[in-house]
Amino acid sequence: MRSVAGFGTAERDTSMQTVFSIAIDALAYGMALFIICIGLSLTMGLMRVVNLAHGAFAMIAGYIASYAVRDLGIGYVVAILLAIAGTVAISIPLERLLYRRIYGSPQLTQVLMTIGITFCVIGITNYFFGPTLKTIPLPAALSQPVDLGFRSVAAHRLFVMACGAVVALGLWFFIEKTAFGIRLRATVDNASISEALGIRTQAVYTISFAIAMGLAAFGGVVGAEFLPIEPYYALRYMVTFLVVVSVGGAGSIPGALIACLVLGAVDTTGRYLMPEFGNFFFYAAVIAIVWVFPRGLLGKAQ
Amino acid sequence: MQLVARTNPVKTLPATGGQVLRDVVGVVAIAALGVAGYFLFPDNLALLTRLIALALLALSLDLVVGYCGIATLGHAVLFGAGAYAAGIACVNGMTEPLTLIAIGAIAGAGAGLVMGTIMLRAHGLAQLVLSIAIVQLFHEAANKASAYTGGSDGLAGLSVGPLFGVFEFDLWGRTAYLLGLVLLVVVFIGLKFIVASPFGMLCRGIKEDPIRIRAMGAFVAPNLLKMFVISGFVAGIGGALAAISTQVVGLDSISFELSANALVMLVLGGIGTLYGAIVGTIIFMGFEHIVSAINPFHWMTMVGVLLIAVVIAAPQGVSGLFDRLWSPAGRGGRS
Amino acid sequence: MNGVFQVDNLSKAFGGLTVSRDISITMKEGARLALIGPNGAGKTTFVNLVTGQLRPDSGTILLGGENVTRLGSVRRVRKGLVRTFQVTRLFSDMTPEEHVTLTVLQREGRASRILSRFFNDSAVAGEVESLLDALGLLEVARRKVGEIAYGQQRLLEIAIALALKPRVLLLDEPAAGVPQSETPRIEQALERLPPSLAVLMIEHDMDLVFRFARHVVVLAAGEIIFEGLPAEVAANSKVREAYLGSYANARQHA
Repeated sequence: MRSVAGFGTAERDTSMQTVFSIAIDALAYGMALFIICIGLSLTMGLMRVVNLAHGAFAMIAGYIASYAVRDLGIGYVVAILLAIAGTVAISIPLERLLYRRIYGSPQLTQVLMTIGITFCVIGITNYFFGPTLKTIPLPAALSQPVDLGFRSVAAHRLFVMACGAVVALGLWFFIEKTAFGIRLRATVDNASISEALGIRTQAVYTISFAIAMGLAAFGGVVGAEFLPIEPYYALRYMVTFLVVVSVGGAGSIPGALIACLVLGAVDTTGRYLMPEFGNFFFYAAVIAIVWVFPRGLLGKAQ
Repeated sequence: MQLVARTNPVKTLPATGGQVLRDVVGVVAIAALGVAGYFLFPDNLALLTRLIALALLALSLDLVVGYCGIATLGHAVLFGAGAYAAGIACVNGMTEPLTLIAIGAIAGAGAGLVMGTIMLRAHGLAQLVLSIAIVQLFHEAANKASAYTGGSDGLAGLSVGPLFGVFEFDLWGRTAYLLGLVLLVVVFIGLKFIVASPFGMLCRGIKEDPIRIRAMGAFVAPNLLKMFVISGFVAGIGGALAAISTQVVGLDSISFELSANALVMLVLGGIGTLYGAIVGTIIFMGFEHIVSAINPFHWMTMVGVLLIAVVIAAPQGVSGLFDRLWSPAGRGGRS
Repeated sequence: MNGVFQVDNLSKAFGGLTVSRDISITMKEGARLALIGPNGAGKTTFVNLVTGQLRPDSGTILLGGENVTRLGSVRRVRKGLVRTFQVTRLFSDMTPEEHVTLTVLQREGRASRILSRFFNDSAVAGEVESLLDALGLLEVARRKVGEIAYGQQRLLEIAIALALKPRVLLLDEPAAGVPQSETPRIEQALERLPPSLAVLMIEHDMDLVFRFARHVVVLAAGEIIFEGLPAEVAANSKVREAYLGSYANARQHA
């Protein structure tokens, strides 16, 4: 708390403080959303699969990290890596057995299959871990506030923002500049021609899927402060993730980034200023955006 | 010259009669099943009435998904609109049950108009997302407007007057059940007529190829919107029935979960036949009743497994499976 | 003199690529016009432009003297500008009878009715039957379209178009994909089209063009390079160049 010099300044100071903390929370929340959702944006935009179970994989990662940190006493960073590896390991057989059947299927089929997977994950998770909320304790370095000179900010918020930035840049580099990125884009453009050119499209799909799941896992763990880990996580935020992707335009990294930041800001501001309205403003914003941009903010023509 | 595949030579086309007979049998079977339920499960009439209300929701969903090809995960908006309209009217002194049903139907149709207008602006994924956003928005709105809706506690204290001034809504739910059964049969017959009408045929055409339909000189969006309104009317009846029979309207009646469940029911039964909606609701509710009594999370796992199995093994749903098994030519029996 | 169908200076570009440049065509009642040209000349684009699937950048389209350039595709159909599709667009689960009945009902403004039966009106049924009969489809009238021969599906496309009682009919490659043995059937159907109807046909099969058309327009790279009688087409040097040039190009690319 700062010293109170006078009534007017104190009021202005608290309102500045509120604006600042809303901004920081909104930015960090938006970045956490981005890390989770960008994987979904890739699956939907590049592989054309509406994967409603995306959040279920983020949740699985959260459970693994929580178990690793709390029950096994493993460090936070190692737990994140473990969670990513574990989630990818779980997702690969599912891709082989289930997802592969719905590539190119009608949307309704994809929706049904992936809702089915979500329900299964929820049921099984609850069977093993129970219905209670699981926390992922932060290491000391991240749970302290950091003094920026004029304000102090929770270190974890800065950490999430940094992670988001790294993911955005890394992914952009990966897709635009690497050999695999070229193969991926070729496969998306025309799978049969790519195959004729010697690209193993099945492998491209499997790897892309694994990357998407890895990102979901990463986001699920670092975003657990905003989106707490519990069995209904997969269903509760399914809608949020889907909405973010379609607002941003499936397959577009900058689109997803803008959508996450805008919707994160709308949601956080709404919760701070009018908590009794819940998600009302979030969904109102979504409807308004989709109404004006039926293909998403930066979506390509269908 | 072999131009024409060999067929039975018919010079003038005979009248169609087989389909009508089939539908008469179907309607009689539904009514008979309903009456049998009344006598076989006298202690579970409340559950069976809920089943009928949800069957109306699934039927309404079939109009949009099965006959127009629009995937939606927000159909509970139409159901909830009917439920809340009937509930609020009832709390405010309008207790005549058939009037309440009518109020629910009209509110549902209105909600269908709103929802259709918004959803038809987008296509594909954006459309699906809009449907979800709309149901969440209405959910939050209903939660917030607790002065009218009771918020998260639900709207309780509905005291519905006797049907025709004679039949009280008794503790065992006999009146509610029989009212529901009659409504279901009437609605089903009405919908059979609608899907067999020129309009129904037009919607099937739109589902398959809107460009072709435009080239035939028919508008696409107004007709889809019309179907949304009809769908809302039916869902609204279901919502009002649920409100009257349980005398409570909860937030769950306008939720994403209910929308998803309705879709699961419909897909289990098979889309685009109307029968599938009823069959699917019975299977879903039956399983739910048995399994969730043991552990609600097992129930989720099971619905998940069922869904995956349907997608892999029986894309036409259970009724499609029957059709395939029973007609050797492998033709789907669509109405 | 103005015809029933008149296109003036129609142009369209996608980005920097001009797909139609200053196309003008006039058709009178009873006209039989063939629009030919090498692959990629912009023939189907032209049909899409005049029927309203695409918006032209400039130019006007007159139907019976009325400017329809700004109307949507549905309104143009209702005014009598009807097309068929190069690749059959039919509802595989429905029968030919249902297709044509739906179309007739639509023309009569009754296709959106809820409170009537689909097969109920004897006048409609009679018209449907005579249309199907005229195109030789009566035998398969009650079979699902997915099960009938491709040539019959092409004929059904024409039947649907005729059921709309068009003033101008645009046939986009009516014989495309039809086995040789079935083309005479298509030809027969084309010969029997109502004499007063203005028909524009896009076709690759030159035999069919010569037998059907009384007037030929050749399109290359989005421009009209020839307009005249069928007998003069082959002798025209520009046309030869366009066709041969495209073959030469094709060889270079191969």
